[in-house]
Amino acid sequence: MRLRTTAVAGALLLLTGCGAADMTEQASPFANAQGARTVTLSVQSWVGAQANVAVAQYLLEHELGYRVDTVQVDEVPAWDALSQGRVDAILEDWGHPEQEQRYVEDKKTIASGGDLGVTGHIGWFVPTYFAEEHPDVTDWKNLDKYAGLLRTPESGGKGQLMDGSPSYVTNDEALVKNLDLDYKVVFAGSEAAQITQIKQFAKEKKPFLTYWYTPQWLFEKVPMTEVKLPPYKDGCDADPAKVDCAYPHTPLQKYLNADFAKRGGEAAAFLKKFTWTTEDQNQVSLMIAEQKMSPEEAAKEWVDSHESVWKAWLP
Amino acid sequence: MATITAPAQKAAPPGILTNRAARKLLTLAVAAAILVPLAVSQWGGTTWPSALTVDVSGPLGTASDWIIDNRDSHPLFLYFFGHVSNAVVISVHAVYLALLAVGWAGVTAVGALVAWRVAGVRLALGTAVAFLVCGLLGMWVPTMQTLALMVVAVVASVVVGALLGLAAGLSDRMDRVLRPVLDTMQVLPAFAYLLPVVLVFGIGVPAAVLATVVYAAPPMARLTALGLRGADKEVLEAVESLGTTARQRLLTARVPLARKDLLLGLNQTIMMALSMAVIASVIGAGGLGDRVYQALASVDVGAALAAGIPIVLLAVVLDRVTGAAGERLGDAQASPATWAYALVAAVAVALAGRFAGLLEWPEAWEAEIAGPVNRAVDWMTAHLYSGVPVIGGTADWAGHFTTWVLDPLRDGLQWLPWWSVLLVVAALAWLIGTWRTALTAVLAMAAIGVLGVWNPSLDTLSQVLAAVAVTLVIGFAVGVAAARSDRFERWLRPVLDVFQTMPQFVYLIPVVALFGVGRAPAVAAAVVYALPAVVRITTQGLRQVDPAALESARSLGATSGQQLRQVQLPLARPALLLAVNQGVVLVLAVVIIGGLVGGGALGYQVVFGLAQGDLAAGLVAGAAIVCLGLMLDRVTQPTERRTTKGA
Repeated sequence: MRLRTTAVAGALLLLTGCGAADMTEQASPFANAQGARTVTLSVQSWVGAQANVAVAQYLLEHELGYRVDTVQVDEVPAWDALSQGRVDAILEDWGHPEQEQRYVEDKKTIASGGDLGVTGHIGWFVPTYFAEEHPDVTDWKNLDKYAGLLRTPESGGKGQLMDGSPSYVTNDEALVKNLDLDYKVVFAGSEAAQITQIKQFAKEKKPFLTYWYTPQWLFEKVPMTEVKLPPYKDGCDADPAKVDCAYPHTPLQKYLNADFAKRGGEAAAFLKKFTWTTEDQNQVSLMIAEQKMSPEEAAKEWVDSHESVWKAWLP
Repeated sequence: MATITAPAQKAAPPGILTNRAARKLLTLAVAAAILVPLAVSQWGGTTWPSALTVDVSGPLGTASDWIIDNRDSHPLFLYFFGHVSNAVVISVHAVYLALLAVGWAGVTAVGALVAWRVAGVRLALGTAVAFLVCGLLGMWVPTMQTLALMVVAVVASVVVGALLGLAAGLSDRMDRVLRPVLDTMQVLPAFAYLLPVVLVFGIGVPAAVLATVVYAAPPMARLTALGLRGADKEVLEAVESLGTTARQRLLTARVPLARKDLLLGLNQTIMMALSMAVIASVIGAGGLGDRVYQALASVDVGAALAAGIPIVLLAVVLDRVTGAAGERLGDAQASPATWAYALVAAVAVALAGRFAGLLEWPEAWEAEIAGPVNRAVDWMTAHLYSGVPVIGGTADWAGHFTTWVLDPLRDGLQWLPWWSVLLVVAALAWLIGTWRTALTAVLAMAAIGVLGVWNPSLDTLSQVLAAVAVTLVIGFAVGVAAARSDRFERWLRPVLDVFQTMPQFVYLIPVVALFGVGRAPAVAAAVVYALPAVVRITTQGLRQVDPAALESARSLGATSGQQLRQVQLPLARPALLLAVNQGVVLVLAVVIIGGLVGGGALGYQVVFGLAQGDLAAGLVAGAAIVCLGLMLDRVTQPTERRTTKGA
């Protein structure tokens, strides 16, 4: 019995004696041990986001002497990590109103980092070779005419509208229903699967209709044309079940952990100033995705040839 | 993988079996005749009646909000989870720094020496080569990160598992409580663990380690309990007669007698921890899994493979070394002196490596495999995808498979009225087991309906059934071939090892490139994953058939085909049934990976829940997968009829 009492007392001591342990103060165990200044950036799964991070990482490491860790997680968990301080910055956000309200407005654990300089747009796309053959497919009103051509075994009798990763913002199921289209949304489940499928279709010059977004490096490889949906008006996508309009053009945003934004020194100042154009981003993305360069090599190549752009970001 | 032996079973004479089966079916028919009209009059229709569902999304949403709001202020988090999390970070950090400090030459040497002492010269060489290949592929640092995470997770799993196993092994009541929990945990898909863990601990290594522990501890607990319970009664009695105390009996007799089971438990725990270490990359575990996952974003199979190979090598080496250690247990123990020599040698190599500057793997020694692999995959998909003369391309097969197998199966299942599905499940489970297993199966199926995911679950079920059927056809064919030809088996073994341990993320892209997006590639991924175990169990079962029976068949002039059909297959029936059961469980484990290639249904919902931080969507779908798993497990697992008293 004495053993057990000691154990209980020990456990209590352990729990109370050491005081509170705030999980938000913890760094990754793989972070550098030599007490270097470290910044942790979140990398989302698409290549454009990898390009932002690669260039920011290269400059932070080579120009400002920081050590950079990267963490790859989906978007919503990344917001969560950002609020906890596990991640210092997200460089490309496509709009998460619910999380903004919770963390930026209410809890004030996340601070806005300004525009990335790139404007994002989600839409429905058909391959350009198909659009050239049938120019009227680019209006949503004519889509039903082509449902037969776009049928696959997965879409059962209807045309297939391919969606990608579940982490992406999408209203497609509501759109198909509210616009009364003869289509079925088929979820590829991951961007890797979606890109692979698009490439296979393109190799055979088969028609397809897909959810896609710009800027995206794949456009250079498989040219695609957007299908016009009913125009976007402010608030037309307020109720997710009743959406019947196109996706908006979103100026992509950067977000910083609130503490980091205040005390992050040069790194925070640099990340706030970091802004570049769609062409710049695509150039780096293509090097990574098509030429299969490592993100670091791609960043180095871009940095070497665009000194005037990044000089302005340095604090 | 360690070997799984089928419990020896005596097949009952067919006469009694059919009688008993008829009796069971008759009882069931009577019960159905009373209950079904009642149910139908109350809740008609084919899908699960909405009056009988419970919406759990409200409470789960509230719970998740509460955690997010209180995570940085509530004492539970500050004084408990915070310390747990700290402890994990500190230990992983310590192991990681130690591995880096020893350097690549030192780690390789220490690994080889340990393997040499516990498993012999050949495995020592294999270990050294494996570590060097990791470096050669340019994956040294990620390999060390994964190794550090693994060491901590495995140690924690073994401690937790052994304690639970000890409790279950010594107390019957604990055993009864723990068994269903462990059963459930075995079929719970790895992805489903991630969601709640991430919510509490946030992304990163602590969450990854804890999810791994939850996933990897059950086999250790199971096998510990099994080992303690299986101890020879006579030996125990002899020890007891010597007047030992309970603790002495445990330490000197029961635990040493259970050594083999304990080592098998360690082996299984390591394998499960390794597979989880990859999946946990989704929540920021870092290491090799992260490299695989990042390569996916740029659709780079070559880079994914370069990070996948070290995982395969680690798995094979750890499996072989712990397996060999288990086999050598009975042999004379190595004297402490040789251990001391080994230790000194290892330290010497590590120090030499340090002074020679062999800490970080030199970049010049890295080999590039991504390019050639990508070219090979491109060639394969370009030439096999479609338009192959006569047999058609893989995309055409996938299309036909979807249209002619998956669609009818899914529509058929969803067309059946809900009560008839329950009835079929009850009949199948009762025929193969007892009324208890039938009840569990029916309740599991009903729980799916109550959770409100009846239709997606039947969709998933149709994919699982199709995948199991394909797996069994191929698996039995290959298994029979391997059992008949030693050369084929020797050649097959490394192939099976690779497929069994390769992270599933790696073959996601090739599968889509070959079969397009949809349910067909999901089935293909499941088949690839479940096939090795089925082949292995089949081969082993056929090889264990009594040679005397075969000899006598041969002397009666049976052709080899007749021998196989009439002697080997019937005698190997328990092993074949086990293969079916394992096939079902493994196929179900890949359902979520199927969600990543367009399989839809439950798998997609779990991925969606994880990606959107939607606890309700993810957990409900995860729970439905568990219920499907329980149901399928009961329907395919023959249970001994409870022995009557006095027998």
